[in-house]
Amino acid sequence: MGMLELRHIDKTYRSRGKPPVHAVRSLDMEVGKGEIVALLGSSGCGKTSTLRMIAGFESVTSGTIALQGRRIDHLAPARRKVAMAFEGYSLYPPLTVRENIAFALKSQQIARSEMSRRVEAVARLVEIEGILESFPRAISGGQQQRVSLARALVRDADLYLLDEPMGQLEPQLRAVLRGRIKNLLAERGMTAIFVTHDQTEASALADRIAVMEDGVLQQFASERELKNQPANLFVASFIGEPPMNLLETDVSRCDGGFRLSMSREVAFEIRGDALDRVVQKTLEETASVRIGIRPQKIAVGTGEVRVRILSNQWLGDQSHVAVECGGKLLIAVTPSRVAARPGDNIQFGLDPRHIHIFGADGTCIRHAEVS
Amino acid sequence: MDHGSLAGRIFRGVALALILVFFMFPIVWILLMSFQTNEQILRIPPRILFEPTLANYEALISGQLRTAAGNLEISFMHNLWNSFVLSSLAVVLALVLGVPAAYAFARYKFKLGETIAFTLLSFRFAPPLLVLLPLSLYYQELGLNDTYVGIVWVYQLIALPLILWIVRGYFEDISPDIEHAYRLAGHSWREAFTHIAVPLAGPGIAAAALLSFIFCWNNFVFALILASADKQPVTVGALAFVTASGIQYGQIAAAIVLSVMPTLLLALYAQRYLVEGLSLGAVKG
Repeated sequence: MGMLELRHIDKTYRSRGKPPVHAVRSLDMEVGKGEIVALLGSSGCGKTSTLRMIAGFESVTSGTIALQGRRIDHLAPARRKVAMAFEGYSLYPPLTVRENIAFALKSQQIARSEMSRRVEAVARLVEIEGILESFPRAISGGQQQRVSLARALVRDADLYLLDEPMGQLEPQLRAVLRGRIKNLLAERGMTAIFVTHDQTEASALADRIAVMEDGVLQQFASERELKNQPANLFVASFIGEPPMNLLETDVSRCDGGFRLSMSREVAFEIRGDALDRVVQKTLEETASVRIGIRPQKIAVGTGEVRVRILSNQWLGDQSHVAVECGGKLLIAVTPSRVAARPGDNIQFGLDPRHIHIFGADGTCIRHAEVS
Repeated sequence: MDHGSLAGRIFRGVALALILVFFMFPIVWILLMSFQTNEQILRIPPRILFEPTLANYEALISGQLRTAAGNLEISFMHNLWNSFVLSSLAVVLALVLGVPAAYAFARYKFKLGETIAFTLLSFRFAPPLLVLLPLSLYYQELGLNDTYVGIVWVYQLIALPLILWIVRGYFEDISPDIEHAYRLAGHSWREAFTHIAVPLAGPGIAAAALLSFIFCWNNFVFALILASADKQPVTVGALAFVTASGIQYGQIAAAIVLSVMPTLLLALYAQRYLVEGLSLGAVKG
């Protein structure tokens, strides 16, 4: 049994004179004890609604939420044993930073010395020791965000909810804090869910990532699995930087398998016995199918296809090469510099083992082989 | 701040002085009048220099109005007390009812919410004279005519919409997440209201209370019809200075000074809260 269980959660916002908004649809999710989970998605995908339903600021339209086997969806926020850091910081303006953080401990009946020890420990963690006596309106947005984070982390709770916990921080500090917070959470076995739209942050901090879009949980898996075995077109195109190349191909039979052609010159041949029956059946029945290939899996400078370069960017540690291939745009990434200019022709290698095949409804029916 | 050139500064000074004179003149003139006798006030041309007299204030405070036609009993000080009691009770009642209502309107969207809020505001649109006749008939039937309860009830309807709409705006300016954070830390909804929302909206509540106090204090028509001599506020009581032997300008001026004093002092005292209230937006975020 998981630490947190969400079962068939639906959330519909109704307001007079407007069509109802279905923010979260039939969400099922289970989070284990000590696990760190990221809710990842673009804005309006339902991730923050989900977080607020767990905290109790939004009611669930239907479905149940259980924390440590205890149903909490009908409880007042105060009784859910949940701590939260808010996106808008939400510090108490009349209290100093120290009082703001200590405030979260007041209801816990802790000795004064213990309280100040914990406040100072968490303040060191997020680097706000110097501003403990300041008032919220006198400190910067990034500092306020760290205070808000500290106020959540200092508490003893069954579950920690962090809404865009590091959105306002400078990149270097963000990287440092990510590491420290991950250590803290792991050391104390704290269970946490955080909302973010930043893939790097999700990958760096989370054990598992829940990708949401349009109120629907698309896939809930580790970062590796999301990359290598995306459940559908959305996850395939959302995860990874630069995004996966998605191409429409024509399907035809050839001896021993299928031929997926992007154009007259460029085609993949896949042996039938490398595919399972369902995929074979799908390919037999359709005339065209959508395939995906990661930019990192395209060989640049070698291979059988000759393509024209549209742009070539060296980013300091990798090259992004955009080419025209059979009338379509493809992006490739290589770790080395490519000595070619836009307009030049270059050799390209596309390995059929590296392609993902998507069914008509967008689900991925065949994943690339992991090499 | 840039203070501009010398010419600019002189112009600004002159303009400010003119504006000050324009707005302060009636008040200063009334103040001067309150220290003059009727004869001094009415002579032509009027003079700035005169021998001040406290006779007007004496008459008001002692309640003896000496006119050419003889002595007249007035109850100005009692009227002042009435004004104070009626206005403050009405404002307190309106705060007790209005602040939680304003919070509800600001935080929760419920059926007919906007309609109810607007209906309450629409009490302010209706001309009082239109409401007076049915109101006084009902009041006579209910036995509320000429009672403090009845007048406070009507005054409260003046104060409530103001408080409701002003305070609602202040509550809407406070991020609900501040209360959410408080509630997550183990406090009830009611505690979040009394410990977080109300203190944060404090300046706004003070401003609204002050404004509605002044509105109640200045009310004339309702009190004129619904209250008899011993329940009258100053606004109605001042009519007593229009006597058979003429209008007692000196006493009227003194009465105005005395009746403006409480609201003026209150406004001066509450000034910093009002300014704080206006800059509340800085707290957000």
